[in-house]
Amino acid sequence: MTPSDLAVQDVQAARTTRRLVNDFSIQVATANGSGSQTANLVLLRSIFRMGVPVSGKNLFPSNIAGLPTWYTIRASKHGYIGRKKEIDLLVAMNPETARDDVLALEPGAAAIYDEPLRLDAVRQDLVLYPVPFDKIVASIGTEAKLRRLVKNMVYDGVLARLIDIDLEEMRKALKKQLGRKAKALALNEAALDAGFAYASEHLVKRDGLAVARMDATEGMILMEGNAAAALGCMMAGVTVVAWYPITPSSSLCETLIDYLRKYRMDPQTGRATFAVVQAEDEIAALGMVIGAGWVGARAMTSTSGPGISLMAEFTGLGYYVEVPAVIFDIQRVGPSTGLPTRTAQGDILSTAMLSHGDTRHPLLLPCSIEECYTMAIAAFDLAEQLQTPVFVMSDLDLGMNTWMSKPFEYPTAAPVRGKVLTPETLAKMGEWGRYKDVDGDAVAWRTLPLDGNPSYFARGSGHNEQAQYSERPDDFVRNLDRIGRKFETARNLVPRPEVTIDGQARIGVIAYGTSHWAVTESRDQLACEASLRTSYLRLTAYPFTADLDAFIDRHDRVYVIDQNRDAQMLGLMRLDLAVERLAKLRSVRHYNGLPIDARTITNEILAQEGRGQS
Amino acid sequence: MSTPTTPVPGKKTNRIGLEVVPYRGSKTTLCAGCGHNAISERLIDAFFEMGLDPAQVIKLSGIGCSSKSPAYFLGASHGFNAVHGRMPSVATGAVLGNRKLIAVGISGDGDTGAIGIGQFVHLMRRNLPILYVIEDNGCYGLTKGQFSPTADVGSILKNGVVNDLPPIDTCALAIMLGASFVARSFSGDKKQLLAILKAALSHKGTCMIDVLSPCVTFNDHDGSTKSYSHVKDHEEPLTDISFVPFFEDIAVDYDEGATQSVRMHDGSTLLLHKLEHDYDPTDKIRALSTLQEYGRRGEFATGVIYVEPDQDHFIDRLNLVDEPLATLPLEKVRPPRAALDEIMDGLR
Repeated sequence: MTPSDLAVQDVQAARTTRRLVNDFSIQVATANGSGSQTANLVLLRSIFRMGVPVSGKNLFPSNIAGLPTWYTIRASKHGYIGRKKEIDLLVAMNPETARDDVLALEPGAAAIYDEPLRLDAVRQDLVLYPVPFDKIVASIGTEAKLRRLVKNMVYDGVLARLIDIDLEEMRKALKKQLGRKAKALALNEAALDAGFAYASEHLVKRDGLAVARMDATEGMILMEGNAAAALGCMMAGVTVVAWYPITPSSSLCETLIDYLRKYRMDPQTGRATFAVVQAEDEIAALGMVIGAGWVGARAMTSTSGPGISLMAEFTGLGYYVEVPAVIFDIQRVGPSTGLPTRTAQGDILSTAMLSHGDTRHPLLLPCSIEECYTMAIAAFDLAEQLQTPVFVMSDLDLGMNTWMSKPFEYPTAAPVRGKVLTPETLAKMGEWGRYKDVDGDAVAWRTLPLDGNPSYFARGSGHNEQAQYSERPDDFVRNLDRIGRKFETARNLVPRPEVTIDGQARIGVIAYGTSHWAVTESRDQLACEASLRTSYLRLTAYPFTADLDAFIDRHDRVYVIDQNRDAQMLGLMRLDLAVERLAKLRSVRHYNGLPIDARTITNEILAQEGRGQS
Repeated sequence: MSTPTTPVPGKKTNRIGLEVVPYRGSKTTLCAGCGHNAISERLIDAFFEMGLDPAQVIKLSGIGCSSKSPAYFLGASHGFNAVHGRMPSVATGAVLGNRKLIAVGISGDGDTGAIGIGQFVHLMRRNLPILYVIEDNGCYGLTKGQFSPTADVGSILKNGVVNDLPPIDTCALAIMLGASFVARSFSGDKKQLLAILKAALSHKGTCMIDVLSPCVTFNDHDGSTKSYSHVKDHEEPLTDISFVPFFEDIAVDYDEGATQSVRMHDGSTLLLHKLEHDYDPTDKIRALSTLQEYGRRGEFATGVIYVEPDQDHFIDRLNLVDEPLATLPLEKVRPPRAALDEIMDGLR
């Protein structure tokens, strides 16, 4: 089929297609390293700037160039920004996957494809738009290498025309992306215009997709969770950063380095108010954080599952010696190397009890980029208040994908530095022991080298209240029990869950982290499609608070949503909750590496409620 | 069984007016006659004589007999007995957190050469300001005498097992990797060890000192190349060392032909009096070849093997502010509201 054939086709077809205004998913299939990221971000941002809620998810290989990658943009007038399972419009640029990509579409979906791929021979039940990308780029007339890189910008132009994205917004978004590179900008603009012109002349719209201006994104920002967490660390006043590169966490520390270099050089001296070390491995990274925390610095590291495994020993040391540390876990798919570029919530159970012996660690569970920011700040306060390692459990979906949010607020509260002994406190206290619980909250007063207070010997071996080596059974039990009681103190310090009660609901849903977005949408699906009303509790931290008990108590059945095979959060509840509550808990799990979607949750809950469709 | 490591108390005070008492630690729990105790005593002497404030010192260690010893000196200093082989990273974080601290890391040949070799090499590479002492007895004392990676080829365990793997020369490694003060000594050589430790405390970057320190319980028998008598017989000082600290206003007369003078970063002077051979510890290639030559002969070259007094250390390279990072005030570590606004604007 040539474009001219297409142009004369009966436009009647378009009227029979379902109209989807500001409520669809576009998937762009390319090869990684082909420069598609610019085109995809321009597409995302231009829809966002038309006031339409969007989300962008990059499904990429663990590879630098040449392997398939998919970028999914969802526009949702309802504000649903979780992953949508169904693709409404495919842009098929990758010859290697084009056939499978097209075969996966639902009948009636649309596909823009590179004309030589001849996808019209594969499916006849789709709305197909062949576009001769190479010819269009050739018309821009530039060297072959650059042409390859702007080829992707052509589909942005085609999309602008086909689904009514304001071309001016695209130009602005492109300028934002490439503003400082004049030559690249000009070339990409030409490609954008050429795509738009081609579609205007040769394509007749037969799909029902359209973007129409709304005002749902006024003042909002687009950001990746890792960048948001980095910003939170800077605002929390981090001074020592030690890290080891690992997907999907690297961009957290890399962005933090950029922020620190820009905003944290001392204006008087031009010198750094921070130290960043790219360590030799994750073990050393956490060792440095613990060393820095011990002398009173705010220190953090960021990693993913394999790094968490390596950090086990030091985490136990931090727990037992009682040193603050902040650790971000940008979770990816395990076990082992697993799927480094796919998302999961697979480290919950192992991190909550990381290291040998009896250990428990506070976890913060951000669901949004805003919480990546606020919980980063909270994590430093918590770690210093509790004198223990605190983990922020993000994931690849949150950390590396682009999310919409209201802008972040400037922290007005001063950092909470916890119990660091001062001469005044010492005078009041009389006798000081490093591990002596004088306030009844199980947190003892610490001293820092050079702070003018008594010294102590921190040791991972058995010790008494005076931090002296001790193998006495009573010393050991007293100390370990006190550390255990710190978790009770933690319960009152961690953020409380977000609870939405539907007074008529017999069913409760519990989720955490990025599952939140799919759950929000799924609850609407359950209510609208199956008249099943639900209450919702979103966990924001571990240890659990009494809110969880109360929530379970008021419902007949409670579904716990986990993005892992073994229902890890449910497992943690099994360890911590009273046995009568456990009988009410059911599990919905999702662990194929893709972000969880609403339809999966809806179908699973309906099935378990005996209302599933066969 | 325990023995005191500390000398008889004296009324003498040092240049900051302290008696020796705060430089001492608790009673040692190591075996009587353990070389490590002698090293602890020399550390007490060196810190006392250099007049360094114990409150400014942090002592760090890993796991093993050696790593217990920070409890036995500088009782008034903060200490951190960390995990096996990972003291370098803890020390790095501590020094970065507060650059005013003087860090002393005590490790052993297993703690450094086996489980900790990764962190060791990267510590040396960074030239972190630290005095890093390996109490080297060629075996694992605390687990009853297994070979460590510094055991020499042909050395024999008590149970007759012969080591057939080449030893790791921690001094050669440290020099190659970028440590700027590298020495080897013997726990039984009081004078040399004290001079080296004092010189190390006047140096600005990484000081790596491998101290041969016989294990009297598991590695002091015939056939062991790390026994007291074997080391004593095979120790070959490269030079005779004397040290003149910056605060002692002494004019030193020496024969320039027979003595090399090295000006340390703090203004102290390290005097290296030539013995049989010419030896220049500022020549890196020479230092490495000398270690190889002595090693081939089954001898231990001791003394200051390599020194580079003005090499930039890790904190220089990180361009840190002068104040300790740990105690920077909020206005220095939280950018103003305008910064956040600017970042938010850029994300729209």
